[in-house]
Amino acid sequence: MSTSLILLIVAIIGIAGYVAGGRHAMALVGGLSSKLHSRPGYYGSFVAVWAVVPAVLILFVWLVASPFYISSSVRSAFPDDVKAQSQAEQGLAYGMISSIARGMNALTNEEIERVGANPVDLRAALGAKGVPLAGDPKPYMVKAAGDLNIMTDISRITMTIVVLVAAVAGGFLAYRQIEPRFRARNRVEKVILVSLVVASSIAILTTVGIVLSMLTEATHFFTHVPAWEFFFGTVWDPRFAAAGSGGSEGQFGLIPLLLGTLYIGFVAMLFAVPIGLFSAIYMAEYASPKVRSIAKPLLEVLAGIPTIVYGFFALTTVGPFLRDLSSQLNGLVTGDYSNFIQAQSVLTAGFVMGIMLIPYVSSLSDDIITAVPRALRDGSLGLGATRSETIKKVVLPAALPGIVGALLMTASRAVGETMIVVLAAGVAARMQLNPFEPMTTVTVKIVNQLTGDLEFTSPQTLVAFALGITLFVITLCLNIYALYIVRKYREQYE
Amino acid sequence: MNMMSESAVEKALDQKMSEVSYKMIGKDVSVYYGEKRALFDVNLNVRENTVTALIGPSGCGKSTFLRTLNRMNDTIENCRVTGKITLDTDDIYDKQIDVVELRARVGMVFQKPNPFPKSIYENVSYGPRIHGLAKNKADMDQIVEASLQRAGLWTEVKDRLHEGGTGLSGGQQQRLCIARAVAVSPEVILMDEPCSALDPIATAKVEELIHELRANYTIVIVTHSMQQAARVSQRTAMFHLGNLVEENDTDKMFTNPDDQRTQDYIMGRFG
Repeated sequence: MSTSLILLIVAIIGIAGYVAGGRHAMALVGGLSSKLHSRPGYYGSFVAVWAVVPAVLILFVWLVASPFYISSSVRSAFPDDVKAQSQAEQGLAYGMISSIARGMNALTNEEIERVGANPVDLRAALGAKGVPLAGDPKPYMVKAAGDLNIMTDISRITMTIVVLVAAVAGGFLAYRQIEPRFRARNRVEKVILVSLVVASSIAILTTVGIVLSMLTEATHFFTHVPAWEFFFGTVWDPRFAAAGSGGSEGQFGLIPLLLGTLYIGFVAMLFAVPIGLFSAIYMAEYASPKVRSIAKPLLEVLAGIPTIVYGFFALTTVGPFLRDLSSQLNGLVTGDYSNFIQAQSVLTAGFVMGIMLIPYVSSLSDDIITAVPRALRDGSLGLGATRSETIKKVVLPAALPGIVGALLMTASRAVGETMIVVLAAGVAARMQLNPFEPMTTVTVKIVNQLTGDLEFTSPQTLVAFALGITLFVITLCLNIYALYIVRKYREQYE
Repeated sequence: MNMMSESAVEKALDQKMSEVSYKMIGKDVSVYYGEKRALFDVNLNVRENTVTALIGPSGCGKSTFLRTLNRMNDTIENCRVTGKITLDTDDIYDKQIDVVELRARVGMVFQKPNPFPKSIYENVSYGPRIHGLAKNKADMDQIVEASLQRAGLWTEVKDRLHEGGTGLSGGQQQRLCIARAVAVSPEVILMDEPCSALDPIATAKVEELIHELRANYTIVIVTHSMQQAARVSQRTAMFHLGNLVEENDTDKMFTNPDDQRTQDYIMGRFG
C-alpha cells in the first residue's frame, strides 16, 4: 500500500474518531452538553488526535529507519571480496543493486526467469524498461536485489498493518476514556501547545544546522589556509578551482573584500538614511492621513522589488548613465571626453543599493516615530514650540535609540546584499578609496567561488564557507546590537 | 430650563462685569469633531488671578473647552472651533495671531505627567530656550531655579538637575511639568485633570501649589473630583452634554447651586 494511501486511511479513521467521540460524549450526558467538562468538539478532537498522531509518528519513523536497516542487512550479505573494497565502491555496488531491484519490479516473472542467469541480458532488459545500469551486474547483485525486494515488501506490509492498527487502537483507547468529567479540552490544548513548541524548535534547529554546516566546511578551509592569513591577508587571488588541480597556491585575504563590502554599504547608507529618514518624518508628522494611506504603501512597494531587478537597473541604466555623465563633465571641464566614473563602480552599486534600502529605513523609522507618545508632542506644543521644534527637540531625541537600531538593521541588510553588487560593483578585489572605481564584496566573491562545476575539497571553493560564516557573524552582531538598542528604547515608555 | 438658566448665568455675569477683570472671554464657543458637535455655544469668562474649575461628567466637553483656550485643538484632525475667544483684547482665533505665541502666553499641564526624556534642567529650560527668554547660561540657571521653586520642586531636585526627568515619581513629574509651564512665564495656565494620575499625597502637594500659583497666574483647571474643585477654585463652571450649565462662585456652587443639574451632579445623582 502506498504511503499516501495509508495516510488517507489514517485521516479517515481520525475523522471517524472525531465524529464518534463527539457523539459518544453527547450520548453520555443525554444531549445536555452543559454537563460535559468540555465542548463535544474537544472530545472528538481528543479521539482524532489519539488516532492520527501516534500512527503518523510510527509511519514517519518507519519510513526513515527501514531503508537504513535494509541497506545494512543487504551489505552484510555481500561476498567477502566486495566487503574488502573501499566504502565508496561498496556504495556504488549497493547503488547498482537498488537500481536492479527497482528494475526487477517492472519485469514480469517470466522475464526474470529468462534473464536471471545472464547478467548482460538483464542489463538490456532493464534498459528497455527505462532503468539504465552503470555497468554489467554481477551474479551476487541479482540475488541481493531479489533479497532487497523481498525485504522491502515485507517491511511495507508490516508497516501498513502496524500503522493502521495503531490508528484504530489509539482511537479506540481514547474513545473508551471519554466520560462526562473527562478533561478533554485540557488534553487537546496540551497537544496544540506541543505542536507549537515543535514548530518553533524546527525553526531554531534549522538555524543551528546551517551554522554548524558552515562551521564544518569553514574548518576544512582553515586546514588548507591558516586563519590569520585569511582574516588579515590583504591580497585576494584564489587562482583556479579546476577539478583535480589541487593547487592551494592562491592567496585568500579577506581584507579587500571586507573593505569593499563596508565601503559600498557606507555609500548605500549615505543615500538611504537621509532620504528614508526625511520621508519617515514627513509620513509620521506632517502627512495627512489621506496622503499617508497612499504614499506609505507606494514607498513600501520598493521593498517588494526583487534585488536582481535593482541589479538590472544598476547595470543597464544607472551605471551607463553615471559613466556618460562623467565623460561629459570631464569633456566640459578639460576637453577630454574620457569617463572618470566606471560603469561598474562603488558609486553605482552604493546608489542603487541605497534606493533599495530607503523603504527599510523609512518604514522602520516611521513606526518608531509614531510610537513616541502623543503626550510628549502635546507637552512640547503646549509650551509654544512649533511643530518642527517639537520634532527636532522632543520627538527625534526620544526616537533616536530606536532609529539607530533600525539603521543598524538596515546596515546588516546592506552588508548581506548580493544581487545588486554582483551586477553593479564589479569583481576586482582591490583596496582603494575612489568611489568611481569598481570594488568587490564578500557576497560577490562567494557567488564567484561557487559558480560552475565544483569539488568541495579545494580551498578555492571551501573559502566560500569561511566568507559566509564571516558575513553571518557580522550581520548577526549588527542585528543583536540593534535588537538590544530597540528593546532598551521600548522599556522607556512601558 | 436650560435656556432660562443660561440667561440667568449671563445676567449674573453682566452684573459682575463691572467689578472684576476678565483674563479670557469665551463667546458662543462651539467645537465640532468632524460632523459631531462637542460644545454648544458656550459663554464662559475666566477671571484674572483666579482659579476656575471646570467640572462635569465624562464627555461633557470641559476638556474640549479647556483646549480651545490655547488652541491645542488645532493638533487634532478635522476639529473645528466657532465663536470668539479673547485673551485680554486679542481674538486668539484671529488669523493674525501666532499660535506659538499664544501657547507661550497660555501654558498647559496635562492629565498624565509627560516630562520629556531629558534631564530635569533641560525639561524646564526647554520653553525658555525656544522662546529665547534667557540671555546667557546664568540667566537660564536663574529661570530654571525660580520655576522649580515656584513648582515646589527645587529642594527635592536641586542636587540632581542633570538626571533624567522620567526618573522622578509621578507627583514630582507632574510638578516638573508645572515648572516647565511656569518657566515660559505664561499669563494663564490650563490644567487638564492634573492630579488624576497621582496618589493622595502628591495630589495634596499639587493642590497646594495651585493655590500659591494663583497669586501670579490665571488658572483654569479641569477636574473630576468635586472635592478638588471645592478646595482649589474660587469659580466653578459645570458642563453637561456640551453645554455650560452654570458658572458661579465655588462656595455657592457647592452649597446652593442655581441649576438643578448642578445640584444633582454634586450630590452624586448622575455623572
